[in-house]
Amino acid sequence: MKVQTGTSRVRRRVLKAAAASAALSTLGFPAIVRAQATRLRVGVVLPRSGVQGFIGQSCQKGADLAPGVIKEMLGVDIEIMSADNESNVDVSRTRGERLVQEGAHVLVGAFDSGQTAALAQVAEQRGVPLVINIAAAPQITEQGYKFVFRNFQTAPDIVRNGLALIGDLFQATNTVPRTAVFMHVNDTFGMAMAKGIAAVMPRQTQLPFKIVDTIQYDVATKDLTVEVSKAKASKADFVLLVCRLNDAILLRREMVKQRWNPMGIVSPGSPGMYEEQYFKTLGKLSEYSISNVPWYNPRAELTKVVEKAFLKQNPKDKLVFNGLNVGFTFEAILIAADAFKRARATDPKALTAAIRQTNITSKMMLGAPIKFNEKGQVEGIGSACVQNLNLVPTVVLPAVVATAKPVFPWPHYQA
Amino acid sequence: MNRRAAVLLAVLAAMLVALPAVASSYVLSVATLILFFAFTGQAWNVMMGFAGQLSLGHSLYVGVAAYAVAGLFFHFGIGPWAGVWLAILLCVALGATIGFLAFRFGISGVYFALLTIAFAEFTRIGFDHLDWLGGPGGLFIKVEQREYSDLLNLRGPPQMFYYVMLALAAAAFALCAWLLRSRAGYYWQAIREDEQAAQALGINTFRWKMLAVMLSSALTALAGVFFAFYYNNLFPEHIFHISRSIEIILGPVIGGVGTLFGPILGAAVLTILADSITELLAALGIEIPGVKQVFYGVVLLVVVMFLPHGIWPALARKLGLEERR
Amino acid sequence: MPIELVVNVVIAGVLTGLVYGLMALGLSVIFGVVRVVNFAHGEMMTIAMYATVVLFASLQLDPFLAVVPVGAAFFVFGYALQAGLINPFITRPEHSQFMLLLAVAIVMVNGLLMVFGPDARNVQVDYQLESYAIGPILFDKARVYASATAVAASAALFAFFKFTRTGKAIRACADNYLGAKVVGLNVRRYYALTFGLGSACVAVAGCMMILLVDVSPVLGPAYTLLAFVIVIVGGLGSMAGALLGGVLIGVSEALAGLFIQPSAKSMFSFALLILVLLLRPQGLLGRKP
Repeated sequence: MKVQTGTSRVRRRVLKAAAASAALSTLGFPAIVRAQATRLRVGVVLPRSGVQGFIGQSCQKGADLAPGVIKEMLGVDIEIMSADNESNVDVSRTRGERLVQEGAHVLVGAFDSGQTAALAQVAEQRGVPLVINIAAAPQITEQGYKFVFRNFQTAPDIVRNGLALIGDLFQATNTVPRTAVFMHVNDTFGMAMAKGIAAVMPRQTQLPFKIVDTIQYDVATKDLTVEVSKAKASKADFVLLVCRLNDAILLRREMVKQRWNPMGIVSPGSPGMYEEQYFKTLGKLSEYSISNVPWYNPRAELTKVVEKAFLKQNPKDKLVFNGLNVGFTFEAILIAADAFKRARATDPKALTAAIRQTNITSKMMLGAPIKFNEKGQVEGIGSACVQNLNLVPTVVLPAVVATAKPVFPWPHYQA
Repeated sequence: MNRRAAVLLAVLAAMLVALPAVASSYVLSVATLILFFAFTGQAWNVMMGFAGQLSLGHSLYVGVAAYAVAGLFFHFGIGPWAGVWLAILLCVALGATIGFLAFRFGISGVYFALLTIAFAEFTRIGFDHLDWLGGPGGLFIKVEQREYSDLLNLRGPPQMFYYVMLALAAAAFALCAWLLRSRAGYYWQAIREDEQAAQALGINTFRWKMLAVMLSSALTALAGVFFAFYYNNLFPEHIFHISRSIEIILGPVIGGVGTLFGPILGAAVLTILADSITELLAALGIEIPGVKQVFYGVVLLVVVMFLPHGIWPALARKLGLEERR
Repeated sequence: MPIELVVNVVIAGVLTGLVYGLMALGLSVIFGVVRVVNFAHGEMMTIAMYATVVLFASLQLDPFLAVVPVGAAFFVFGYALQAGLINPFITRPEHSQFMLLLAVAIVMVNGLLMVFGPDARNVQVDYQLESYAIGPILFDKARVYASATAVAASAALFAFFKFTRTGKAIRACADNYLGAKVVGLNVRRYYALTFGLGSACVAVAGCMMILLVDVSPVLGPAYTLLAFVIVIVGGLGSMAGALLGGVLIGVSEALAGLFIQPSAKSMFSFALLILVLLLRPQGLLGRKP
């Protein structure tokens, strides 16, 4: 047997590797990761198709306008690499991997808690920072991740802020409702909110009302007859609602069919009633519904800049119908760009360290400056009381940023 | 198996073992997914190919096993190697129940399929209301570390998970190959061909069908255990959903029901196809949601129409891998 | 619990159940005769619902009038689907049939997604939000009209099968395939005819359903499952059974929602399915096999 000398062994290995990579290159293996320190590549993973496609597309608008606005604001170049996770957890993971392989320096996503959790795993494993735009499940920042950052309220925060705003609402309109019927969807978000409310309600003394009945319904339900019948029978003063878009529409219609007119519908923090489809489908019936949600500050400087960019790219759309989605997605990318500017490098470790030091005061969404605690969570993000007025979601509280006064009870209330 | 087939198998095995050394993290994650579906497809194939029962609710076993092992880990700190026994026990019990109900009451074909769907859906909604296991909010397992391979707790880098899944898939393959050639295999084939004739020959068809069902559910349980520790978060909506059950059967049906290689080939083809379509559409700049799935559906349609026994039998014939008679 | 609450809920359940029944009737006819597992049934209804939306949006055609063109179109579609695509699959194993129709369903759902986008659509007819009131009992107008149409359509179908020659021929094919061929019936043509009729049935159900429910591309699978549950509970091969099954499911879901937890409504239907499969597999009104 021939003795293999050093060089021929090396040559053999090189040949084998070349053969292997040539054979496998058909599967799309990367050649070399390009190192560009001049431009930040942001991988944005959103559900642009599938069940949550509509919302993902809304978020995408925030990502699309980001490079231009950020170039003006911070003077840095960012490149957006977008991926659609098809509202599917598996795809979220593989798309995230793919983006990192293609050279993304930071990841942003993914709106849905399950999909975001999958993305967080990729971030941790690859040591690439993930800035969550929207996802409310509190556990994501409790799992001990080192590369995951969230600039959004957790469900408990949303509940706390939402209920506080309800107290403010009653004060501002001089009303004292005694009873409420709590209706909520039973998906991840709805249940987290329900848990939060169940925890807070008994202990607090500010709010004048008691919850007389809790009605939980399936998020995919096509029929709310039973639920609304039950709610009507409870004779509650108003409806406390945690919903999504389609069931909110169903609910409103069913209330009309069953001739039920309480004082109003107030959401302590859920999507649905401020979305464009709600207005388009219900027309006048959409008026006066109230949602207490994280929102943008209509009077902030950055809001005006983003609105201008939004209208330029989407002339037929309005920022107010996409406020939450666009705002938080934009801010997530802003955080990445700001860290890039300070770190002056695209190395993931440097970026992560820089993100940890973030302190952005000039922002678009309501609340305290963007600063991450040791779990990677921003504390102090604010909520606003948003009421549907004149077929447009309008900020009515807090008064300092409001553009109109709240209306409660709504005009068709029959005691 | 003839010589050519053996050589190809050896080459494939070598490639699979060597993959983590040369593949990017992305390809590795895709490969792990393929192996996962190859394994669960193989497990499902046991029920379909051996006992001739169409199960459209196999997500039930994946979900129950995943939750069992995750629940034990989350609430009591019990690791996967201990928890897996509970998972298997539960799944076998479930499978046995469904099998018993079906065979004793003479439910088969479409009715059996609907029975399995009903069980899976019932469990899905049930788990949505189980707060102790997280409810719809999901059960999240803490992720301790990812640097080194801790096989005992199934914590480690993606390479470790790849090898675990590879080992499972290879084991399932070997098991099925051995079973097919054993006496049990002949009984099963007899039952599948003509149950009444098999009964006339004195085969206790009830017992053998039950065995197939229980084996299938036990194997699928292992997939559930892997799932729990690979994804680290479980939601009833995702894991028990009927779309998961359908994903499980796509591989074997496309690849070839009742064959050994069918599930593996099917899983590989489908995953690579899905990814390729995404890449193609991205390259062409087509961004309309739904286009990819339409393509996917059309391909499925074509395969089902023109290759009724799946891709593998036709491929095997072409490559000359069939046993020489 | 106030009695009028229960009464209202039960009435709503009955009315909605009748529309479900019509949808299931289409499946019962198809499955009972052609023995094909139509896993694209719910998707077909979804397409019918979209067709109604489009007709309403462009021609202001009331859904009750749209029944005629949509029903006719679906008859042709069903006939073509059976004759062209599904026929060779009748003798193939179940999983092949399932895969075929699953693939068809995938193409349908995503085709709808491509054309209409993911948001929900509906029709806005004047009487949509009105209800008749008899004391504290409320009858949702749209539901009343829809269920009346469902009953009428079912009666028409029943009359067809009972009294016409073609109907009797189709029943013969269902009862005894070989015998029918021996007697000289063109079984293939009757199969296609039946699939067409079943499709027309589900199309009419769709026109009615759009008055009760908003349509989105992902609606299909849940209704497919519901149709199967109803058909099995009510009894295969029995038209009255499909209607009865629909009403039963509608009412039981409503009551389950009322007395247990609304989000657990569907659990009840599946439990019912399992019980029926085990204890009385021929369903309530079906014939013993």
